[in-house]
Amino acid sequence: MKALLSSLKALTQFPSAIVGLGVVFGMVVFAAYAMITIPYSEAIRLWRGGDQVWGDTPRNAPPAWFNLFPGNNLPTTIRVDSRDDPSLKTRQNVGEELTAVDMRLPFEFRFDGFPKELNVTFASQFDARLPNVQMTWVTPDGREIRLGDLTLRATETFRISQESRLERRLGGRPPEVGLFANPDDPDRALKGIYELRVEGLVFEEDADIEAKLVVYGQVHGLAGTDHRRRDLMVALLWGAPIALAFGLLAAVGTTITTMIIAAVGVWFGGFVDAAIQRVTEVNLILPLLPILIMVGTFYSRSIWVILGVIIVLGIFSANIKTYRAIFLQVKQTPYIEAARAYGAGHGRIVFRYMIPRVVPVLVPSFVTLIPTYVFLEATLAVLGLGDPILPTWGKVINDALTQGALFRGQYYWVLEPALLLMVIGFGFALVGFALDRVFNPRLREL
Amino acid sequence: MADAPIARASEQLSPEGRRDRSSGQGSFARVARYTISRTIALFITIVIGVYATILIANMGGYVDEIRSAQIEEGVAIGVSQNPEYRSLTSAQRQELVAGMVEVERQRLGLDRPFVVRSFTYLTNALTLDLGRSEYISSDRGSRQVRLVILERLAPTLILFASANLILFFVAIFVGLFLSRRYGSWLDRFVIALAPTSAAPSWFFGVFLILIFAALLGVLPFGGMVATPPPPERLDYALSVLKHLILPVSAIIIGAVFITIYSWRTFFLIYSSEDYVEMAKAKGLPSNTIERRYVLRPTLPTIITSFALLVIQLWTGGIVLETVFNWPGLGRLLFQAINLFDTPIIVASVVIFAYLLAVTVFLLDIVYALVDPRVKVDSGGAV
Repeated sequence: MKALLSSLKALTQFPSAIVGLGVVFGMVVFAAYAMITIPYSEAIRLWRGGDQVWGDTPRNAPPAWFNLFPGNNLPTTIRVDSRDDPSLKTRQNVGEELTAVDMRLPFEFRFDGFPKELNVTFASQFDARLPNVQMTWVTPDGREIRLGDLTLRATETFRISQESRLERRLGGRPPEVGLFANPDDPDRALKGIYELRVEGLVFEEDADIEAKLVVYGQVHGLAGTDHRRRDLMVALLWGAPIALAFGLLAAVGTTITTMIIAAVGVWFGGFVDAAIQRVTEVNLILPLLPILIMVGTFYSRSIWVILGVIIVLGIFSANIKTYRAIFLQVKQTPYIEAARAYGAGHGRIVFRYMIPRVVPVLVPSFVTLIPTYVFLEATLAVLGLGDPILPTWGKVINDALTQGALFRGQYYWVLEPALLLMVIGFGFALVGFALDRVFNPRLREL
Repeated sequence: MADAPIARASEQLSPEGRRDRSSGQGSFARVARYTISRTIALFITIVIGVYATILIANMGGYVDEIRSAQIEEGVAIGVSQNPEYRSLTSAQRQELVAGMVEVERQRLGLDRPFVVRSFTYLTNALTLDLGRSEYISSDRGSRQVRLVILERLAPTLILFASANLILFFVAIFVGLFLSRRYGSWLDRFVIALAPTSAAPSWFFGVFLILIFAALLGVLPFGGMVATPPPPERLDYALSVLKHLILPVSAIIIGAVFITIYSWRTFFLIYSSEDYVEMAKAKGLPSNTIERRYVLRPTLPTIITSFALLVIQLWTGGIVLETVFNWPGLGRLLFQAINLFDTPIIVASVVIFAYLLAVTVFLLDIVYALVDPRVKVDSGGAV
């Protein structure tokens, strides 16, 4: 414990270490925040996505803070739901078994850019006879544009942006542009209060219609959205604890087992030592990534299986030679001889005397190993072999690359997870570097 | 008598402190014995590695069940949709399906038990008799795995050889340069950048594509040569060079800073040795000191660390080739895995293992030539 505190103090003399520690600490806080605000099962549900979860978010939208740049006044998503405000709906009995259900869905539009998409979703309750609606669009300057008629099922989504007849009526411009265009200045949107008027007819006493208008924005949220309308913040937040946990577990698993095996090999010497050396040489040539790719394709892409394989293949790594050199030195010391003389068992000597001597070399290499494994997991995810249900940074990059984000100028999609990966990697690498210089005084002079 | 203290002094540099009594045998015999023992060790390594690959690529036989099921399903669907067979009765169609399934299974060799097949795969792989692929064919239409791989081997070698060569020489020269000026701002700048090598090469590749291909548009997004390829040889070579810039830069950026840092540290450690002080006292020019007294003793350590680096770069190349759409072995392996094309998978991993072994072997020979203390047992090698 004392050694730990004194080494921490020694660490603070390096400015790079302070930066690194700050970054690592920040990452841990970030990960903790992620796990607290979005519980695990919720994160999985959100990441699975689907219309129920993400129906109201725009597709491939950059983050909302793009609007902070001068000249940008891109719309954010506007939702008007008749369920939120019952005063928007009026019912009127117009005949036997015939009821008119009228809804007005107003909203204010003060942006410069046009919305990305326009959808109206209806939810109706009825027994047998399908309701009927007529939709009219009212612009701030009083123009009324008929959008169309629709016969409703239990749920129905009218995708205004995809109506080709409407597009033709609007002069060839896509509906989300044509319905908002200023007639005097067609390239800009008309600002003011718009209204969607829904005139519905139901043919039963207790039948009802609810309507929801979604005017999809061009920007969304802190991190933007992906091709499945998922808010990227979920993946960016939850990528942190997953990356940290994976890196730590893999680093701990490999380092401890490598150290124990090196110690055992040196202590028992002879055949055991030679065998371990041969196995290490074989393992050095076994290509790690291709084997991981094969396991991922043929066996299972679960993150636990991949973690297990990485640890198993990482046990006999090149670090064994470093530890072995140190253990060899330790073995010659007089106090080991004394321990054998008084009858200490093999286990005691290995664990109590030899292993503590290697800790100064172990700690920096352990810390530097963490980002290696974080990037290894990201590599597998970028190749498409990541865990299919977990939201990881590598998966976001994989989605971005397969959807051609770089070709389409959706740079935020690639940059956000890449920057986070970089930050976590450099944080740990800086700390590891400084630790190396703390524990190896020869390097400190240099 | 006067050279005894010097001889003993240089002995102390040996890590195990043993004296090399066999130095009288001469360089050639020493290297030859070392070579043979390393070859045997590497060969055993390859055998084990390849067999492990074969086992994994087949999951101990489970993949065969998957493939049998796929074959049956595919054939059944094909027959039921084929208008020629409409007139057959259900029993006739089933017989037809069974016959076609059996032919397909025989083509893929699934009628023999897996263990038997695994040894056939092993001997074939080791003798480089790589057979025919199941789905992937070479650009000229051949399904011979050997040709498919040969086609992809050259691009990979071009990429990695050029990157590694540039990396090696840049690291040595800059490392030497920095070791003479440690503490300067350039030195500290390089050290500060060293942690960037925690990121793999493809990571930098994505950023490079983003900047140079997407934003600036000066360099191509990927591929090895422009499409359509220029007919003139010189233009073709220039196009390849242009496409090489980004991937090679990615590899170099991902490894150069840490390499410079660790080699510069080695140079510093070795230049604080007593014999360097003595050489300076003797008045030797600093170039000679650097070359003979610092560089030469450091070379074995540097070559070892370079060997480890190259091994890492090899395996990291798969993603790099995929990101840059480079038509090499790495991308082939990835495509083969997606298609479940076992002969290609096994062959690619075998070739990877061979390439790794050859690289390690070459570096070991250079190591043996360079380090006079190398002995044939397990002590002196990688």
